[in-house]
Amino acid sequence: MNAPAEPKMMADIALRVTGLHTCIDASAGVVRPLDGVDLEIRKGETFAIVGESGCGKSMTALSIMRLLPEAAWIESGSVRLDAQNILTLPEYAMRNVRGARIGMIFQEPGTSLNPVLTCGEQIVEVLERHNIAQGAAAQARALEWMQRVGIPDPERRLTEYPFQLSGGMKQRVMIALALSAEPDVLIADEPTTALDVTIQAQILDLLDQLQRERGMAILLITHDLGVVARMAHRVALMYAAEIVEVGPRTAFFTDPQHPYAKKLFASLPGAAKRGEKLATIQGLVPPLHVGFTGCRFADRCDVVHARCRSEAPGWTETGAGHQARCHLLEQGGPDPVYLKQALAEEPHPEPVAEARRPETLGTQGFLAIRELKVHFPIRKGVLKRTVGQVKAVDGVSFDIAPGRTLALVGESGCGKTTAGKGLLQLIPVTGGSIRFEGQELTALKGEALRRTRAATQIVFQDPFASLNPRMRVGDIIAEGMGSFGIGSAGAERDARVSELLEQVGLGGDTRYKYPHEFSGGQRQRIAIARALAVNPKLIVCDEPTSALDVSVQAQILNLLKDLQQRLGVSYLFITHNIGVVEYLAHDVAVMYLGRIVEAGTAEEVLNTPRHPYTQALLSAVPRISASGGALVGIDAIKVGSELPSPANPPQGCHFHPRCPHAVDACRAAYPVEVAVSDTHRVRCILVK
Amino acid sequence: MQLTPIVLWSDALLFALIAICIFYARQAARHAHLRAPWARVRRNAAGLASATVLIPFVLIGVLDSVHYRPLLEAKAGSATARYSVEVKSLLDVVAGAALGKMIGKSEKTYSAPLATHAFSKETIDIPGSGGARQVREYPRLVAGGAHLKDPVHDWGRDVGVNALRGVVLGAVVWLALAFVLLAMAQPAPHHRLAASWRAVWAGETETPWRAVLLTLLAICIAGALAVTLGSRYHLLGTDKVGQDVFYLSLKSIRTGLLIGTLTTLVMLPLGVLLGITAGYFRGWVDDLIQYIYTTLNSVPGVLLIAASVLMMQVYIDTHPQLFQTAVERADFRLLALCFILGVTSWTGLCRLLRGEALKLRELEYVQAAQAFGVSRFRIIVRHLLPNVMHLVIISAVMDFSGMVLTEAVLSYVGVGVDPTMTSFGSMINAARLEMSREPMVWWSLAAAFFFMFTLVLAANLFADAVRDAFDPRLVVKRPRLNLIRVKAR
Ligand code: SF4
Ligand code: SF4
Repeated sequence: MNAPAEPKMMADIALRVTGLHTCIDASAGVVRPLDGVDLEIRKGETFAIVGESGCGKSMTALSIMRLLPEAAWIESGSVRLDAQNILTLPEYAMRNVRGARIGMIFQEPGTSLNPVLTCGEQIVEVLERHNIAQGAAAQARALEWMQRVGIPDPERRLTEYPFQLSGGMKQRVMIALALSAEPDVLIADEPTTALDVTIQAQILDLLDQLQRERGMAILLITHDLGVVARMAHRVALMYAAEIVEVGPRTAFFTDPQHPYAKKLFASLPGAAKRGEKLATIQGLVPPLHVGFTGCRFADRCDVVHARCRSEAPGWTETGAGHQARCHLLEQGGPDPVYLKQALAEEPHPEPVAEARRPETLGTQGFLAIRELKVHFPIRKGVLKRTVGQVKAVDGVSFDIAPGRTLALVGESGCGKTTAGKGLLQLIPVTGGSIRFEGQELTALKGEALRRTRAATQIVFQDPFASLNPRMRVGDIIAEGMGSFGIGSAGAERDARVSELLEQVGLGGDTRYKYPHEFSGGQRQRIAIARALAVNPKLIVCDEPTSALDVSVQAQILNLLKDLQQRLGVSYLFITHNIGVVEYLAHDVAVMYLGRIVEAGTAEEVLNTPRHPYTQALLSAVPRISASGGALVGIDAIKVGSELPSPANPPQGCHFHPRCPHAVDACRAAYPVEVAVSDTHRVRCILVK
Repeated sequence: MQLTPIVLWSDALLFALIAICIFYARQAARHAHLRAPWARVRRNAAGLASATVLIPFVLIGVLDSVHYRPLLEAKAGSATARYSVEVKSLLDVVAGAALGKMIGKSEKTYSAPLATHAFSKETIDIPGSGGARQVREYPRLVAGGAHLKDPVHDWGRDVGVNALRGVVLGAVVWLALAFVLLAMAQPAPHHRLAASWRAVWAGETETPWRAVLLTLLAICIAGALAVTLGSRYHLLGTDKVGQDVFYLSLKSIRTGLLIGTLTTLVMLPLGVLLGITAGYFRGWVDDLIQYIYTTLNSVPGVLLIAASVLMMQVYIDTHPQLFQTAVERADFRLLALCFILGVTSWTGLCRLLRGEALKLRELEYVQAAQAFGVSRFRIIVRHLLPNVMHLVIISAVMDFSGMVLTEAVLSYVGVGVDPTMTSFGSMINAARLEMSREPMVWWSLAAAFFFMFTLVLAANLFADAVRDAFDPRLVVKRPRLNLIRVKAR
């Protein structure tokens, strides 16, 4: 599908928000998550609000819907739907607005559907509630909606309960539910964040198509700039409870005005920035319960000047419909050239030399995994007999050379995390061999295994669950040293802890604090310091940045790259974020249902993917093109349905039910591995 | 030596428990994460007021746990000092000083609260000119109201005056205490007492001092009344054998406290150890522990307890040489009861902790520790135990009042504490038969009920405050989708 067509310049505004102020009564005081938000959404337009977590974007949606948490209230402002200010409506009238005039879909489709009603009942309920259709007519209407949102076999699905559907299906039902009352405005709050990229592409296409058909306005709330580039006509960037830049998509992506916007783009990882340091934004988002006198971005801005601290910047128009709040853009303010220069000079990437290539050790010598299998038994009945196996990892082989990064990519449930944990022997391995520096790890037991653990470490995804909340940072880092007897207890270990903390960019005195005193990014640094404490040679990074904001992600990626440079550690980088892979990885392995379907150097796999799944995966990732549009969409390869269960993988090539090129031979047997080059291996019968 | 101290087993355990609490308090004072929930308890008015109510109960219980045997008058020529077989406690001394001759078996039988005459008529010989006459009337009490010359006439005035004295005395003591407290705590800045005082009554202090002081006022007045009235009358009457009911109620407090706390001491290690082990190791260990507690849960608790207590009684009866005094025998039975209650009531906590451990073991910091080759024992001690501690504290505090009530029920049924030991249950049991009497003897039951009710209510309120402060799910209030309050301008 093509990039969305610009709607005609329509004067008719579907939704107009002016001066919206929302407050929350929190323990720290009154927090103002929305502090004067103005926006207009035209009919048939997709208006995207982007921003990092905590900037108030979700609060905007909840305020418009008047679905605020109990401790929150709207202090002032108006939300006009046509000419009507819906903030002044009584609650019973508001209930008619919700659903009928403004529909909403949420991030987590699993929790926003009622688990005890069938999908059909839920849609019929909405239809009857808003007097659109009754009885049999409502049933027919529900069926029609199920078809429109592209649910296969809709008659059967109508009678099914939400738990019987996959995540992508649930989101489709959710969309059917939200649209069945034919609202004029649809609010989509992170509609695809919980979904895999291939499913995300389908859902975005669906929204796009429904918008064309119905001409409704969409308020899209997301943190993913790629999704914005794919979907939006106009974009608003939020920072600390305010909108700081608004503009048409193309202008916003090609010529961002606000220093914050520029920084955000510079911190996105991607192939183009390989070998460079990513730009980062210093400091943290300011707390919202204190008043602001000047620009809210002042503490983190590279081009801050005296006026920024004393006077809040107003709007400056820099192009047609393109506005930003920054003193540098104002007439009579400092010369815009100054801004350009300052931004151009300062953060400009210091080139990072490519990591050392394997030298003495052969590729096979460091870490070689052959036919690794991790199966989980499925038990049933009183006696817990094993009735089947979930083959989470089913014969995976790869090598990692010293000082290199192998990225293991794939959708959720493909077994990539299990493979990482199996490699570290955190979960029992069913079969295969793991040779690490010439030693067979799977054969080790007890004390011998314990001793080898120092060489392989792990950094987890969730920075909040990975640090024991009851231990001081210093103790957390020293734990591994104590366990392996590294350094003598006391002064020597203390010195090492301080050194590690410095190394990951935290002061040595943070060691006396507890994890809850740190932000997500800082916790991830602590987790990295903890792994480094035992001088590992290989670190498994399990989605280490997926819970972080873009600007913080950039810091962590820089840190990981820097550590690899200095210490020569290898990474097994488990991720689904293709941008990160392009930026960091030397080698890439793509997993599908427990097996690696394609592996090779990063250039080979990312630039010339041969396996249909890899091609689909790469094309499904929404990316920002140089011209400001989305690259995707143009030749996005559609893959049907969803990931099958690893408990019951399809016969033959696991990918055949979804593969656009599947032929009969694919169903017969799993394709053998074909070497395309010395390093590039593919498992597909099409590749010869 | 005028006395010989006696340390009963239950005393020793109680003091051990107090030592543990002090140790924990010192730990908590040093670690921010342990201190934080207690600071939340401190900000909870109901919790703090109930803690204030609990303090006198605990004090009485502790005083009653310091035992000794007084020296007997030495017989001439005997070189060895001989001590009484009667074991006394510090509470007896304090109560003796405060209540005077009211304590002990001063009367013959029932008398109503604050009465001067017995509850039932008796045949009395009145010596007269024409020989002794026998009259049936209500005899004067030996101790209660003995200071009155003309009880019929003076009684009302005397009670009124003493009650007033009690209120005034209570208020004075309270004022003094309040100022000492405020001077120590300094709720308002600038060290100015007047400012603090004003802030307290305006309810502006972070710690709800107002609630504490009001509770303290009630306690002080009640205490002073107990002294002014209780030293002249039987404040809550006397029971069948003429013992002061108020004093009996005070003595029952220790029994209730011990049952409530010592049972926890038995229950906690079992519940914590088995729960965490089951959750962490899973597999056959988990199966085994689950079978044990489901089996235990399926046996009716009272039956199990009754059977064990009766077996214990047989053991006590056949081994009289093990116990020097009746008090020691009763104490042994009390401990046995705590033990049995503990063994039958760990299952709830165990199930809770098993679930929590199952969840925690999958958390990434536990896996990270595994990746460091940290031993299983250390993982349990350093990573699991500290993170389930809040559950342990909540359940220990919540179980306390349940145990006090269970004791009352068991003693009422006759399988509770030794009959020679005063407890709320045995008081109620003794008072039960008199309820059908006309006129009714209500005060024994009312006294037991009042004291137990106050103790249990305070404990429950305190437990609620602790749960609110410790339960992380309640602390982090998740935003709920709800209707908005539009503040129209
Ligand atoms: S107003 Fe000043 S501080 Fe704010 S973004 Fe512009 S230059 Fe930076
Ligand atoms: S083997 Fe067949 S089904 Fe599998 S990826 Fe290749 S073409 Fe598609």
